[in-house]
Amino acid sequence: MAELRISYECVIGLEIHIHLNTAAKIFAPEAVTYGAPPNTHLSPLTIGHPGTLPYLNKGVIERAIKIGLATNCSIASKVGFARKNYFYADLPKGYQITQDQNPICSDGFLDIQLNEKAATKRIGIERIHLEEDAGKSSHDQEAHTAVDLNRAGSPLIELVTKPDIRTADEAVAFVASIRQLVRYLGISEANMEKGQLRCDANVSIRPLGSSKLGQRTETKNLNSLRNVKRAIEYEFKRQIGIAKKEGIIEMATLTWDEQRNSNFAIRSKEQAHDYRYFPEPDLPPLLITEAQLTQLKAQQPELASERKRRYQNELGLSLYDATLITEDLADAQYFDQLIAANIPAKQAANWLGVHLRAWCNENQKTISEFPLAPEKVAALIRLVIDGAISSSVAAQQLLPLLLENPNANPQELAKKNQLILKDDDDWLLALIDATLEKYPDKVKAYKQSKKAKGLIGLFMGDIMKAAKGKADPQKTKKLLSERLSA
Amino acid sequence: MQVVQYYLDQIVDQSQLNVFLEVFSTEALTKAMELDEQLRTRPDAPRGKLFGVVIGIKDVICYKGHKVRAASKILGDFESVYSATAVERLLAEDAIILGSLNCDEFGMGSTNENSAFGPVRNAYDQTKVPGGSSGGSAVAIQADMCMIALGSDTGGSVRQPASFCDVVGFKPSYGRISRHGLIAYASSFDQIGLLTKSVEDAALSLEIMAGPDAYDATCLQEEPVTYSQLFHPSHSSDKPLKIAYIQQCLDHPGLDPEIRENMRAKIDQLTQAGHKVSAVDFPYMDQIVATYYILTTAEASSNLSRYDGVHFAYRAKDTKNLEEVYTKTRTAGFGMEVKRRIMLGTFVLSAGYFDAYYGQAQKVRRILQTTSDKIYEAHDLIVLPTTTSTAFELGAKQDPVSVYLSDVFTVLANLIGSPAISLPLFKHSNGMPYGLQLLTKRGADAALLSAAHQISSMRV
Repeated sequence: MAELRISYECVIGLEIHIHLNTAAKIFAPEAVTYGAPPNTHLSPLTIGHPGTLPYLNKGVIERAIKIGLATNCSIASKVGFARKNYFYADLPKGYQITQDQNPICSDGFLDIQLNEKAATKRIGIERIHLEEDAGKSSHDQEAHTAVDLNRAGSPLIELVTKPDIRTADEAVAFVASIRQLVRYLGISEANMEKGQLRCDANVSIRPLGSSKLGQRTETKNLNSLRNVKRAIEYEFKRQIGIAKKEGIIEMATLTWDEQRNSNFAIRSKEQAHDYRYFPEPDLPPLLITEAQLTQLKAQQPELASERKRRYQNELGLSLYDATLITEDLADAQYFDQLIAANIPAKQAANWLGVHLRAWCNENQKTISEFPLAPEKVAALIRLVIDGAISSSVAAQQLLPLLLENPNANPQELAKKNQLILKDDDDWLLALIDATLEKYPDKVKAYKQSKKAKGLIGLFMGDIMKAAKGKADPQKTKKLLSERLSA
Repeated sequence: MQVVQYYLDQIVDQSQLNVFLEVFSTEALTKAMELDEQLRTRPDAPRGKLFGVVIGIKDVICYKGHKVRAASKILGDFESVYSATAVERLLAEDAIILGSLNCDEFGMGSTNENSAFGPVRNAYDQTKVPGGSSGGSAVAIQADMCMIALGSDTGGSVRQPASFCDVVGFKPSYGRISRHGLIAYASSFDQIGLLTKSVEDAALSLEIMAGPDAYDATCLQEEPVTYSQLFHPSHSSDKPLKIAYIQQCLDHPGLDPEIRENMRAKIDQLTQAGHKVSAVDFPYMDQIVATYYILTTAEASSNLSRYDGVHFAYRAKDTKNLEEVYTKTRTAGFGMEVKRRIMLGTFVLSAGYFDAYYGQAQKVRRILQTTSDKIYEAHDLIVLPTTTSTAFELGAKQDPVSVYLSDVFTVLANLIGSPAISLPLFKHSNGMPYGLQLLTKRGADAALLSAAHQISSMRV
């Protein structure tokens, strides 16, 4: 493998389809849904009934401009649509309304980073255009193909990169960055499992050092970051295999087979479609004004990279914490609310990054589905800061209790369950003395040898056990040290 | 109710003309009874502007719960689940929809011989065609089968049959009446039009149907005027008009000599009546038919893709796979002329030919636009013959190209979006009628109707 990489480099361009989160479809009135029973969200227009005409949902224009501006694109002053003609069972009109010559956004870029410490790399964006989605064909039915048209007419943007990507990891980083960006912009949920973000990869190889592009293939149907990585790596190896045998790499459309971990051709060059694009006569071009652009620019929310910088510079978070929290906008927003409730940044980051995230992972949910409002969690953390409960009790006992009673007051709940630390020196000293009396040898050893300092852990453990979690560990340690050095 | 019964009788008595594809008799009589009842019991209740007006609609206009087939086999027994905006607006004014009218399949034809339900016959002479594609609509007025007929006009489909049948044929500006619910032939050309006995009827019907519609993004956005008030005595000024005629039209080699002669006489007459009539140069007569057929067939090839047998309407039997569903359905469902145009349109959009045909035709369309804009800067209207001849013999036109060429005077209005009207002003020595066509710039429907009213009521 190492030897192969010396002689060939991989050239990758991506086409990313992203569902925009408008309530209605792009040219029709019915709702965009996920997981609804098949063929339940259809207007005559979506089925292609005679006499129906598309009418543009203006919300899609705004969303497309937002991503265009955030990826440094030029925005077209005139947005026109085109028809892409082909016959398929999930395309009731016999054509897809898309954009051809004049995409709404063109010629931009996005900087990616392979990890938080790596240098950034600039990936060029050729175009972003608007189009309607087709329906969904399921070929897994016995002898039949089932067609669900609910998805038909859903608003999509297609983002096409320049062939600037060189490795599968860069491709993954780019897709992840775009996913993060559209979520920050609030224009798509971009959930790959739901098909809200889909990716096709154009892959070719060339001898390292060459500037000529090789014959590319297109791998479709990459519905997870993992598949993006595996499919590109597979195709890179496949093409090198052909080149090594001095074979010819042919233009083909491939699809990724997740189960078999390989790809197979669905169309060869000979079968390439002639889509007969022409301007969509039912939709007059829409003009975009400078004023509109200025307004949308002003509305642009703080993006991940800016937020990350702010967390480091203003709140003193580590690069690691800042990266983790800004990865997802919902996390960052939750974090902001903890900060607004006067929780110190480091503690807020810990709670979010460790305990809340653990719940999300366990339940396969996102932070926006976390049952406790940030104020509630802030009140809980406040109890720890004030020394009323220990942090381990807070995380392991009070948090689960609170999750069961999301409306309860954390302080009252702690009291009710006797989780509040006892702030009573005499009681604590009595416990310490009882422990020390149990281990006279160890106490002797501790006092005699510096090597035996580790014994303090044993004493602490015994005391805390006896205190049943109600002793403040810091205070206990202080009192214990005093007793031992007396 | 008696009125509806009268038209129903007329339809039955002249069934050999093959005008109506379907008559909604029970429904029309019921509606008429309701209106009678309203007159009797609530004489002061508000009445719609088309109270009791009996209207026929071309079989390309959708009416909820009724069959709409574009005179094609491919739609099978398809019933529309919604009504066209135009139909909704007519119904809201208490009109009575009497039935669907025969036409050329998908509006493609100039003789009404391309109907899956047989040709319509010209009531003046049953050996002659009524013209097309709105042949049924024209004869419905000519033979007194309804008061107003809706047609559609993509390249003359309202005006040419009007000329052949001696009725008024009005195609409003592109976008004046919503196309929502009009089965598409060529989207950037199609417009619902009217066949009527008088300019006044056309104006009143336009007033009801015109205006912006959220369901059609290509509609003209400004609110239309109250067209029926144009002819009110206080309005009519009979002012002198600046009229242009296209020299190349009169010199056109395909023009019947007698029509040419009478056009010249009409021009003299208009001049004598005080109008300022002048010849203008329009050196594109040889290009306009080709341009029209390239662009309309391109759009049609795409618009008709939805009739594929998969989701609705007719599907061929005994198909083994999707490919066969497509080919067998479309082979059996479409008629010859429709297939010809789909193939032509597919060809002109194909990779390698697009620039030479479609791209070039779009350029010519823009030139036609700017040239006519210049004419409209200096003139109120353009006059020209509607047709190069009077109605053809049934079955006489076998060569499609010669039929296409006969559209030379009507396609211009659709290429540039102009409103245009054919007025039944002439009779040929062969006994058949023909019309005078007027055009104004897009949006100036009121000016066109005023001028049409003025010219058609001129004392000869």
